[in-house]
Amino acid sequence: MTKSIQTLDRVVIRFAGDSGDGMQLTGTEFAKAAAEAGNDIATFPDFPAEIRAPAGSLPGVSGFQLHFSSSDIFTPGDAPDVLVVMNPAALKVNLKDLPVGGMLIINGGTFIEANLKKAGYAVNPLGDGSLEPYKVHTVDISALTTAALDATELSNKEKGRSKNFFALGLVFWMYGRDLAPEIARIEAQFAKKPQFAAANIAVLKAGYHYGETAELFQHTYHVPPAKFTPGFYRNIAGNEALATGLIAGAELAGKTLYFSGYPITPASAILHALAKNKHFGCITFQAEDEIAAIGAAIGAAYGGAVAVTASSGPGIALKMEAMGLAVMTELPLVIINVQRGGPSTGLPTKTEQSDLWQALCGRNGESPVPVFAAKTPGDCFYAAIEAIRIAIKYMTPVMLLSDGYIANGTEPWPVPDVKDLAPFPVVHRTDPAGYNVYARNEDLARAWVIPGTPGLEHRIGGIEKDALTGNISYDPANHEKQTHTRAAKVAKIAQDIAPMDVYGERSGDVLVIGWGGTHGSLRAGVESLRAQGKRVTHAHVRWLNPIEPELAGLVTKFKHVLVAELNMGQLRSLIRSEYLVDAQGLNKIQGQPFKVAEVVDAVNKLLEGKSVH
Amino acid sequence: MSTPLIKLTKKDFESNQDVRWCPGCGDYAILATVQRTLAQLGVARETTTFISGIGCSSRFPYYMNTYGFHTIHGRAPAIATGLKMARPELDVWVVTGDGDGLSIGGNHLMHALRRNVGLKIMLFNNQIYGLTKGQYSPTSAVGTKAASTPMGSLDYPINPLALALAAGATFVARVADTDAKLMATVLQEAYHHQGSVFIEILQNCPVFNDGIWEAITDDAPGRQIVLRDGEPLLFAGGTKGVAIGQDFQAAVVDAKNPAVSMHRAHGTLGYAQMLASLTAAEFPVPVGVLYKVEKPSYEAMANSQVADAIAAKGRGKLEALLAEGMTWRVS
Ligand SMILES: Cc1ncc(C[n+]2csc(CCOP(=O)(O)OP(=O)(O)O)c2C)c(N)n1
Ligand code: SF4
Repeated sequence: MTKSIQTLDRVVIRFAGDSGDGMQLTGTEFAKAAAEAGNDIATFPDFPAEIRAPAGSLPGVSGFQLHFSSSDIFTPGDAPDVLVVMNPAALKVNLKDLPVGGMLIINGGTFIEANLKKAGYAVNPLGDGSLEPYKVHTVDISALTTAALDATELSNKEKGRSKNFFALGLVFWMYGRDLAPEIARIEAQFAKKPQFAAANIAVLKAGYHYGETAELFQHTYHVPPAKFTPGFYRNIAGNEALATGLIAGAELAGKTLYFSGYPITPASAILHALAKNKHFGCITFQAEDEIAAIGAAIGAAYGGAVAVTASSGPGIALKMEAMGLAVMTELPLVIINVQRGGPSTGLPTKTEQSDLWQALCGRNGESPVPVFAAKTPGDCFYAAIEAIRIAIKYMTPVMLLSDGYIANGTEPWPVPDVKDLAPFPVVHRTDPAGYNVYARNEDLARAWVIPGTPGLEHRIGGIEKDALTGNISYDPANHEKQTHTRAAKVAKIAQDIAPMDVYGERSGDVLVIGWGGTHGSLRAGVESLRAQGKRVTHAHVRWLNPIEPELAGLVTKFKHVLVAELNMGQLRSLIRSEYLVDAQGLNKIQGQPFKVAEVVDAVNKLLEGKSVH
Repeated sequence: MSTPLIKLTKKDFESNQDVRWCPGCGDYAILATVQRTLAQLGVARETTTFISGIGCSSRFPYYMNTYGFHTIHGRAPAIATGLKMARPELDVWVVTGDGDGLSIGGNHLMHALRRNVGLKIMLFNNQIYGLTKGQYSPTSAVGTKAASTPMGSLDYPINPLALALAAGATFVARVADTDAKLMATVLQEAYHHQGSVFIEILQNCPVFNDGIWEAITDDAPGRQIVLRDGEPLLFAGGTKGVAIGQDFQAAVVDAKNPAVSMHRAHGTLGYAQMLASLTAAEFPVPVGVLYKVEKPSYEAMANSQVADAIAAKGRGKLEALLAEGMTWRVS
């Protein structure tokens, strides 16, 4: 039977199953196929905190959402058009997100009593009519996978592991994707275990052919390629981009990269990525805790390395005292916080932006630390370089904020030409004549003198120091002077801040302000509002301390200011106190990114004179 | 460890800062001996770095005319680890106290030692928190009456040398603040050791814990065994000895008793632990080098992994790194 082909502008598909079902792999592979076909893509993995929650249970459900499109996209999509579920628990957890009329592909073979019970279904939803609002395709993926591997020597358990490739094959067929590159990838990935490569390929093909021959599907779909600026692209996740940017930054500085960390979700991937790239000359150190990690980084910075440490909320809390030491001793240091849901252990695998206050104010004393935030996965690359450059130029710790959403999410990233990255070679002072530890240049930075330099032996430390000689000083006036100077130095960074990312006119009805990883949702929301002729502008804050200089001139030019953040209103309170404007907040603390519709809805409410929440 | 052309003297290692310890503090003697020994060793000032935590003892770096970093409470071993990894060619000395190193910083101390980072850690043990005005510390004896324990402290003290040995330190020694001669010998030996050095320095705090080591230091021959590699464990002017039996019991015996143990700094860990467990009330206290083994240092291994990676894959090229993963070209 020939099936008709429907052309679609965009599709959001979500794969959900048990943590052991390989949904992250299915999603990633399908994303690769979409990118290869020229679509714009955005992905959002959503996995449980437990490594192996009991199989089939609700907490064990892992999901991966992919948005692919023939036009520009900024987010992985608000809601799936297609939901693939591998077991009852995945259905239970994800069905609420599927709009009425959405397509539901179900691995029917898993809807047996034991699994239904684990998912809390009293009656089988496949038979009770509850799925009528959706286009349901029930396929016994488990059985079909085993059947496809009948002739192999694999155990039943091993056969079962391939079932995600059946799902992948099926969606490959649905969206007219080419199998050949996927087969090549499987062969490469399982090169050492050819029997598994063969099994996965057989099942992939079985899924594909099943789509072709079964009478289930009326259509296949075609999402034409997006119009990309010609160039070389890479699908990149934020943490990968950060690690790559750190290596690049150290190279641009002409220095060794020293990275220390202590394992924590979602920051660990940065340590992993750097540890496998030691041939770039970088030294990595897994410390005994986060305090030691930042301590070692401070020691390395003192020794003249480009020193970086990364963690997430609770680990950053532990680093704060040492950060104060770096402020006081004016050593260059990059601290990365890949934010997650808090407080305490909070939601380790979920995203949030609730560490802004921690970053700005988390230390004792007047302890100014430059803070800025990356906005997209690809932007993490540039942010890492910028953090290193600023830390060295101003001899200061710098805090770079990322979050779980952009750390794990991916987007197509135009790979920069190395020649376009401006070097900033470090020059250490070696001249002993007239050296004073706290003598400053025009940017108020002290000289970076490293041990081993003859004639410049000196002592630094956390006790207040004389503003010139660096000797211990308890003089009241000196302390006040040093306090002001440290603040003035950080304030000077404003001169290095690039023009703000402002989308829309510089005056109008609503100014939507956001920061960090919410960029995509806010930009997509504002784009659609503007398409309806609404006078809405999106200003995305990168620098939080010092705060974007352009913000002052913008906040007074709009009838409404809406600060959208995944917290209770931390930037909003800063904006209110800084600019004395009646900024409203769009706040979400669910461990999930904003949906575009939520942004649109909030702006519309303001335009209608209603309150946002 | 470059050798300066001009021979430096003790004075060259004195910074221009006034030393601000209380009069009579044991730290003065330690400072003087360290300065003198570094001059004798002929080290260069610029390649010598002192890293400390917080406490009276931790003010040490300010008084050394070398590179110095007075950091935060307990974290000196961690900071020094980063420095040594980034700059293995530097001599990195760590100065810490019994509170700094064994209480708040116990974790870092343990890990620096187990990794065998090439740090020379000197722990000034005065069995009290000096800088915060006299609270009991992790090495204080049970029943120590101090500001925070007017009825006497309850916790059992930690044995710093036993801890260091258990953590995996490859050079473990003890010396009293007043014994300049032995300290110089120990420091010289420590200086040439490649891995982690741990030296407990028995230090007097005349203000808050005066005379806490008196029993040991005032009658040194009677209360100390000076450890010499390959020589028997003798004390009291060579009239008495210590025998460590096969049942792991130590006993004070007559010097002529054939059971008197022979000191081997390169001996077994079990033997070194036996030495560490000889404590003042019952036994003479061993001073000198208890234990010394050679093991590759952490910083050497960390840097050779980098070298190995470069040798195996070639020096990384940024262009190649940027093009990793899933890439495609749009024309
Ligand atoms: C985080 C932190 N907690 C507490 C202190 C206060 N403090 C300073 S020194 C010290 C104890 C020092 O004792 P010790 O290490 O034995 O050194 P000593 O002064 O006896 O040489 C304490 C608790 C501090 N500086 N920082
Ligand atoms: S308080 Fe004790 S340890 Fe501190 S300087 Fe005075 S005597 Fe020395």
